[in-house]
Amino acid sequence: MKLYEHEAKSIFSSYGVPIPKHVLATTKEQARQAAAELAVPVAVKAQVLVAGRGKAGGILFADTAEEAEKAAKLLLKTQLKGAPVEAVLVEEKISIKREMYFGVTVDRLNRCYVTIASDVGGVDIEEVAQKQPSKIYRHPIDTRLGFRSFNATQIAKQMGYRGEKMLELAEVIKKIFTAAMDYDAELAESNPLVETSDGKFVAVDARLVLDDNALFRHVEFRQKRLEEQRDLTLEEFEAAKNGLDYVKLGGDIGVAGNGAGLVMATMDMINLYGGKPANFLDMGGGAPPQRIKAALRIILSNPKVQVLFVNILGGITLCDEVARGIIQARKQLETSKPTVVRLVGTNEEEGKRILADAGMPVFDSMEQAAQKAVEFAKQEP
Amino acid sequence: MGILVDSETRAIVQGITGVQGSSHAKLMLEYGTRIVAGTSPGKGGVSVHGVPVYDTVQEALKMHKANAAIVFVPAPAAVDAALETLEGGIKTVVVITEHVPVKDAVQLMGYAKQVDAKIAGPNTPGVITPGKCKLGILPSHEFTAGKVGVVSRSGTLTYEIAAALTRAGVGQSTCLGVGGDPVTGLNFIDALEMFRNDPETEAVALVGEIGGNLEELTAEYIAKENYPKPVVAYVAGRTAPVGRRMGHAGAIVRGKTGTAKTKIEAFENAGVKVAEKPSDVAKLLSQRLRKDQFS
Repeated sequence: MKLYEHEAKSIFSSYGVPIPKHVLATTKEQARQAAAELAVPVAVKAQVLVAGRGKAGGILFADTAEEAEKAAKLLLKTQLKGAPVEAVLVEEKISIKREMYFGVTVDRLNRCYVTIASDVGGVDIEEVAQKQPSKIYRHPIDTRLGFRSFNATQIAKQMGYRGEKMLELAEVIKKIFTAAMDYDAELAESNPLVETSDGKFVAVDARLVLDDNALFRHVEFRQKRLEEQRDLTLEEFEAAKNGLDYVKLGGDIGVAGNGAGLVMATMDMINLYGGKPANFLDMGGGAPPQRIKAALRIILSNPKVQVLFVNILGGITLCDEVARGIIQARKQLETSKPTVVRLVGTNEEEGKRILADAGMPVFDSMEQAAQKAVEFAKQEP
Repeated sequence: MGILVDSETRAIVQGITGVQGSSHAKLMLEYGTRIVAGTSPGKGGVSVHGVPVYDTVQEALKMHKANAAIVFVPAPAAVDAALETLEGGIKTVVVITEHVPVKDAVQLMGYAKQVDAKIAGPNTPGVITPGKCKLGILPSHEFTAGKVGVVSRSGTLTYEIAAALTRAGVGQSTCLGVGGDPVTGLNFIDALEMFRNDPETEAVALVGEIGGNLEELTAEYIAKENYPKPVVAYVAGRTAPVGRRMGHAGAIVRGKTGTAKTKIEAFENAGVKVAEKPSDVAKLLSQRLRKDQFS
């Protein structure tokens, strides 16, 4: 779950990480008032969950309250990389001496957390990693020891600081790490983390991506996850509420299956035979009628879909239950779109009979089923 | 032989009184897996399918000899269950549970490393050495005993590929799901190391998917080690878009990292044949095995 900058900043701040003074505004009038309260100049920052906000024009500066109002008016009616701007953060403009990067994420290979620091900040960190790899300092954190003061000191030293300054920066880094762990962050970063002209360290930007699987420990955000669409499309939001994983793609063959790997393989196979998948949709194990119906409804809400392809390789999934679910869902959704089913697993004979009786092509083999789906798609206008 | 589990395996089922734990304990028993005890805090004293249930692993180990465990405990408590087992001295643990927080998985892997234990999962279908032992939820009828080791990041794709192998008359030494999460215990390289030392295994099938760079590192390992057994691979997600999570928590392409293309190229550069479709894995393996027999 991605958090907005203002949410991340309030968490950082509660751990003692210095952040700029700011006010959240959802109207241009609020923005004007905020700028007047904070004292100009200010930065007006679009609150969106897409990366690369600065480059996309999502951060404007204002020297007067009127300018802040104008900036807010402009941002609040635009979309940034497809995301509507619903709020802006009006923030005191920090006078910057030096921009840096500090982040915490998961090191899949070493099965631990890793800190990433760079003395190049304020730009796309992946670009820095590619073009100037020597400017990136990675520290995998030994889980048995945890993140210690010495880790933070080493990083601050690498960023080029000594004496009191080094210790101050180390303190800030340590606080960000602690916040990341306490909130089960998949990613916590400050980009830029700056040294101000008067020698202070401030997290000018803050980003937190929480682990969806850990939201049971963070009730406030679990609630928001259920209520707010955030960066999900309406279909994805619907899918998530029904326990489905859905990703929209560009093609015309709607795909559903049980198992993420199997569904990806299904998409690839459609592509191999010259078709185009319309989506990824994993129904997970089991697949009761309710979930099948939700799955087909979400797939069919995409007007591009001409053909449905359901791929079930059941261990515990009951094929007859799936077959009945598909027929029932098609009826309730009033669709006559051609539907191809691949069905293997427990009670598969019964399942196949049910589908064949309803006139639906049903296959043992994923290849044959995929070929049939592509054939149908080519017949449709 | 095979890897991780065989006829010597004596397992504890953690979370045996739950719906999943209980139904799969039954299926595992039917397959011939020796389940010596179950655990379920607060429910000690009952029995499930004839298996005695204890509140703690500690008690179970006092009463029974066990050398493996399988965890069906719900995500919030799954890692705690696995840690209790490791603390009790068991060195092979399969964590079936899905949706385990990454922070918990990191903690589990940190301790497993310290005590030199092997963890499959979390979010794995488990492991099966056909004809000998199943510690997992894999549909047994798709698997037959033989000489190909299978290691996979995906559950249903493992079944798909094992079924295709079985149909082609190619049996399996052991099939291992490493789990679809970003942080898992055993990975492809660990599995290759074990298959290398297993006399039963003559070839290995790797079933990868988008996300992370473990396939690339595995390819590097195969090339560097001049891996002595034939390896073929399949990679799911050629058509997956950038930046979108495809079901599995770990299946996500970030920027240029984790695409199917880079993984396939890495395998091919390491001399690993990559199947276009799951069913081609059996064909490629048959070719490789035949060639090796006659060369």
